[in-house]
Amino acid sequence: MKIALGPLLYYWPRSQVSDFYAAAAHWPVGIIYLGEVVCARRHELRTADWIELAQTLQQAGKTVVLSSQALLESAGDLISLRKLADAGFALEANDPGAVKIAQDAGVPFVAGPHLNIYNGATLDWYAARGATSWVPPVEMPGAALRQLLAERSCSIPTEIFAHGHVPLAFSARCFTARHFDLSKDACEFRCIEHPDGLDVNTRDGRPFLRINGIQTQSAACQSLFSALPELKTSGVDVLRISPQAHFTEEWVRAYAAALAGEAVEPDIATWQPEGIANGYWYGKAGIEHLIGSGAC
Amino acid sequence: MRVPHLVCPAGSLQALKKAVDHGADAVYVGFKDPTNARNFAGLNFTDQQLTEGVHYAHQRQREVLVAINTYPQAGQTTHWHRAVDRAADLGADAVIVADMGLLEYATRTHPQLRRHLSVQGSATNADAINLARDHFGISRVVLPRVLTLPQVEYVAAHTKVEVEVFGFGSLCVMAEGRCQLSSWATGESPNTHGVCSPAAHVRWEQTGGTLNARLNGILIDRFAEGEPAGYPTLCKGRFEVSGDTYYALEEPTSLNTLAILPELLRIGVAAIKVEGRQRSPTYTAQVTKVMREAIDAAASSRYAVKPDWTRQLTDVSEGHQQTLGAYHRPWR
Repeated sequence: MKIALGPLLYYWPRSQVSDFYAAAAHWPVGIIYLGEVVCARRHELRTADWIELAQTLQQAGKTVVLSSQALLESAGDLISLRKLADAGFALEANDPGAVKIAQDAGVPFVAGPHLNIYNGATLDWYAARGATSWVPPVEMPGAALRQLLAERSCSIPTEIFAHGHVPLAFSARCFTARHFDLSKDACEFRCIEHPDGLDVNTRDGRPFLRINGIQTQSAACQSLFSALPELKTSGVDVLRISPQAHFTEEWVRAYAAALAGEAVEPDIATWQPEGIANGYWYGKAGIEHLIGSGAC
Repeated sequence: MRVPHLVCPAGSLQALKKAVDHGADAVYVGFKDPTNARNFAGLNFTDQQLTEGVHYAHQRQREVLVAINTYPQAGQTTHWHRAVDRAADLGADAVIVADMGLLEYATRTHPQLRRHLSVQGSATNADAINLARDHFGISRVVLPRVLTLPQVEYVAAHTKVEVEVFGFGSLCVMAEGRCQLSSWATGESPNTHGVCSPAAHVRWEQTGGTLNARLNGILIDRFAEGEPAGYPTLCKGRFEVSGDTYYALEEPTSLNTLAILPELLRIGVAAIKVEGRQRSPTYTAQVTKVMREAIDAAASSRYAVKPDWTRQLTDVSEGHQQTLGAYHRPWR
């Protein structure tokens, strides 16, 4: 099983992004996804910068995939994506429009988690269009994944969203701008002040969601670390770790060590103080955290 | 100028008849199971009811569209295939489908049955629409409620596929088909179970003067004494962000496009859809009647929103509030 570093979902200052990927070049990850998935207004790194970074990481021995925005709305969004598609790297298609753009450009694509592949026939359809690997929807339980893999005909690798704040929804509306009483068009790029998003708590103080621009995430970090033995026997080929502002390297190294058969004990209290969840994998509400029978 | 079709919701045979009687050009319905995105207890159609509904509509030269717009779940795709077969066999004019594998099945098995790409298919750009057109010959796409008017116009100008937009009803804040908030809280979502914030997980809790609305135990909102309490749809709850407690995602409100109907007609949308298969036949009748009058008026040379239309639609709006949603740039 390989480890992939998923696309950066947050808006970090340019120097922080550079430092992060300079370090990641030395981490035990085989695949690195780059690019802006959430919001076209985020441009600390422009398309050309992402492509340059992709070339650097490829030279460092990483397989690089350029991720498409999940919500492609404007002509500008499509123009940027065509530039990414022409850069000579595989694309992660997070929108059906990105599939067409990858096809038109003749580049292979990863069928991303936002393409909604819930059954084997649909996976086969995307594989026939040129998908070289795929990521199930975040809400797919392990049992459904095993069922899907049993009924598909294609044999492309499966990558699972194993660790990170779960991207749950996308909207035209920017919730971060709304929080600051700003319009999306004049958002003052406030996302940059919240490198892991903004916590949304229930009125009785329970962490529930995170707002990250137009994206809504889980407040808890999904972690399938303790489910690794089960993931191995479920047909999962790649584990996606979603970048966070702190302790991403520690998690990557913990997963890598566990995959190498070492006994590892992640310091969850320090690395993920907001708590972890794993309900989706076990067919429950995603927010749940199941313990026992292979669960944390 | 082509007058767009008015497409109205029916959660029951009675609602279908009301829609037809009050001027809908087409009525959309679903089966009584998770194959459609309004899978609520007591709603939707049996085969016999659909047969009767199709007969009623066809006698009056109206169409019936069958929404099979959830995502077939692994190991259960046959169930979704049968839903397409049933729609075809019972005389539906089109199926409204979101999943690529299911579209392929419908195209292969029932090539004569028109296929619409559902709003749950999340096609927000012409490339996405044209991908489905190239492979499945879709005749129409229902656009998610995330585009501004100029963006709708741009999409319509870059595809030959007919464009259907939402004209009235409960507002989905998120791009449809891209929202898993419901399963995060309850394990069931629109894509997997055809439900959002499902009623079986709702619990009302009276403590002193306040009423708590919980979804699978999670506090979605809290209402003071005398404050009207809406259904706890989780994106329309009140939460705390950095010390502020407010509707962090969206207020309870309904989409109402009366003010921009002439613009929608100018853009050339093929159909205007009303949301609300979960609502009563009375709702369907009332909204259909108003929208019929308004669309016909917009197709004539002079158009002004009649206060009476607004009043009637406000009466059936969530929280009695209305918005232009994403069509109106400042909403974003």
